[in-house]
Amino acid sequence: MLAVKEIKFSEEMLKQVDEIIKRYPEGKEKSALLPVLHLAQAEFGWCSTEVMDQVASVLNIKPIEVYEVATFYTMFHVKPVGKYVLEVCRTGPCCLVGAEKIIKYLEDKLEIKEGETSADGLFTVKGVECLAACGTGPVLQIGPEYTFYEHLTTDSVDQLLEDLKGRKQ
Amino acid sequence: MAQKILLKDIDVPGIETFDVFRKQGGYSAVEKVLKTMSPEDVVEEVKKSGLRGRGGAGFPTGMKWSFLAKPEGVPRYLVCNADESEPGTFKDRYLMTKLPHVLIEGMIVASYALGANTSYIYVRGEMMPQIRILEKAIAEAKAAGFLGENILGSGYDLEIYVQPGGGAYICGEETALLESLEGKRGNPRIKPPFPAIAGLYGCPTVVNNVESIAATSWIVLNGGDEYAKIGIGRSTGTKLISASGNINKPGVYEIELGLPVEEFIYSDEYCGGIANGKRLKAVVAGGSSVPILPANLILRTVNGEPRLMSYESLADGGFASGTMLGSGGFIVMDEDACIVRNTWNFSRFYHHESCGQCSPCREGTGWMEKILHRIEYGHGKMSDIDLLWDVQRKIEGNTICPLGDAAAWPVASAIRHFRDEFEWHVNEPKAAMEGNYGLAHYADPLPVPAAPSELVK
Ligand SMILES: Cc1cc2nc3c(=O)[nH]c(=O)nc-3n(C[C@H](O)[C@H](O)[C@H](O)COP(=O)(O)O)c2cc1C
Ligand code: SF4
Repeated sequence: MLAVKEIKFSEEMLKQVDEIIKRYPEGKEKSALLPVLHLAQAEFGWCSTEVMDQVASVLNIKPIEVYEVATFYTMFHVKPVGKYVLEVCRTGPCCLVGAEKIIKYLEDKLEIKEGETSADGLFTVKGVECLAACGTGPVLQIGPEYTFYEHLTTDSVDQLLEDLKGRKQ
Repeated sequence: MAQKILLKDIDVPGIETFDVFRKQGGYSAVEKVLKTMSPEDVVEEVKKSGLRGRGGAGFPTGMKWSFLAKPEGVPRYLVCNADESEPGTFKDRYLMTKLPHVLIEGMIVASYALGANTSYIYVRGEMMPQIRILEKAIAEAKAAGFLGENILGSGYDLEIYVQPGGGAYICGEETALLESLEGKRGNPRIKPPFPAIAGLYGCPTVVNNVESIAATSWIVLNGGDEYAKIGIGRSTGTKLISASGNINKPGVYEIELGLPVEEFIYSDEYCGGIANGKRLKAVVAGGSSVPILPANLILRTVNGEPRLMSYESLADGGFASGTMLGSGGFIVMDEDACIVRNTWNFSRFYHHESCGQCSPCREGTGWMEKILHRIEYGHGKMSDIDLLWDVQRKIEGNTICPLGDAAAWPVASAIRHFRDEFEWHVNEPKAAMEGNYGLAHYADPLPVPAAPSELVK
């Protein structure tokens, strides 16, 4: 699974947090919560309680204010996930052009159910709601860059999984 | 060729960069408003244009702007709604990806009109690549003197910031969006007060869709009257339509409002007809929230008139036989599409996205998802169809925000127009699991309405 990393914002991250806070009026630093959660998740892989507590402390808000937000928004993983989270659109328009087949194919190939992580810890398959790409479906995206893969076929999914396995970092 | 306003330069190589955009005449709307117009003049032009909000509700943009409260010493905000999560809608993503400066230019024009010195673009979090694109465009515009302090020596200051969401459809609802921008859960607020009085941080705020804001540059450059000449009746100007589903050419099209639906579906300039030589069964014309219509009703109104892509024509017949333009998410279904399955899929969406504040929405969407699942998977009873009807009726109009209605309408319209397909699922569960109901009578010509004289008798 994930390499154990010390949960601490680096100097570089703290600098980014300062930049983000400048976008809001004085006293409204809490507005930085979503951007900072994204920053933290990109760095630490998922939003564990330790990560959320760190976010609370850098923004000077109560931990509960972070928990209630992180659990509301589907992009934040509050449970451990694989190295690559394949977020596949499962909504109507994509289903008209074969999204359900793609999800099934991924489940069979990785021997997991939607929502689970493959045994090697590399892939989590997550069915997500409309990604605003209905014209190029079926689609999936992979964080933290949220790169899009469009017009998916079983062949292109095979290729994608191979490419991801081959990546160094 | 139809007039293009927003996507005019989409094929110009490098148009996403400031330099190329500027060479094409970009940012001249900013020069014009800052040098020759008062904020009130800008609001007036937008009012004259008849532009209606492109986010779904179709509220006149100029009027919304004129409602903005202006108490002394209190900042005002413009917040651009780029949450785009309505199933079937993907125009804003397209625009921001290819033409980020069109949005930034419109943001400056609109912010000036409203007297906002800080404006935000709230982009759904999944659109990280678009967030980067917009941030780059903002930096370029700033470096060229179109943002920051004392823009073009006019004394007007403006900063624009991009805010990511976190993956929640409800944050497209304007008050939920403001809550989210304040770093909270996206729970819609009870209105009033409206954002125009108490919006972001309790200050007067205007929330507008990407496309509405983008259209304002052309309006101030060419005049509101010119814009109003395009389109039909109270549906002025052009509209971006996201076309998806079983068509030959899915994609984003800029149409002049008033284009016949039939032409939009079958002409090679737009959708290019139904894919694989199949026949048209149904259309969801304005994003998942609007009523679904069978082929015969989407092409013609009950009076036998051709249906047009306009706010009024699509709504002709009310919910009995019409639908809505909504956000312009045009989802096309062919004869193989299963209406029950699609309705179940949409119900699951609304159940997943309900913020949970109101019981009718939180519980009702769950019930609808469950009942529809039962019918789709061959365990439905005839009484389930009536139960479903009952549940959707109890949601509509009984919630804080319109998500409840948006969840109810697709179910209501599916039962209204496709009841026999639901009954078939109940009566023939095995056949329904293995095959589908097909086109049935959904494309049959409607009975010609009686002539008025006969009705009088
Ligand atoms: C559940 C829900 C989701 C919405 N999603 C969006 C959206 O993604 N984008 C948008 O512009 N408007 C959305 N709206 C409409 C907004 O509340 C608001 O009316 C709109 O942003 C106003 O901008 P406009 O007048 O320019 O259309 C949504 C409304 C509801 C109830
Ligand atoms: S209608 Fe649904 S989404 Fe809207 S406030 Fe109520 S529970 Fe939340």
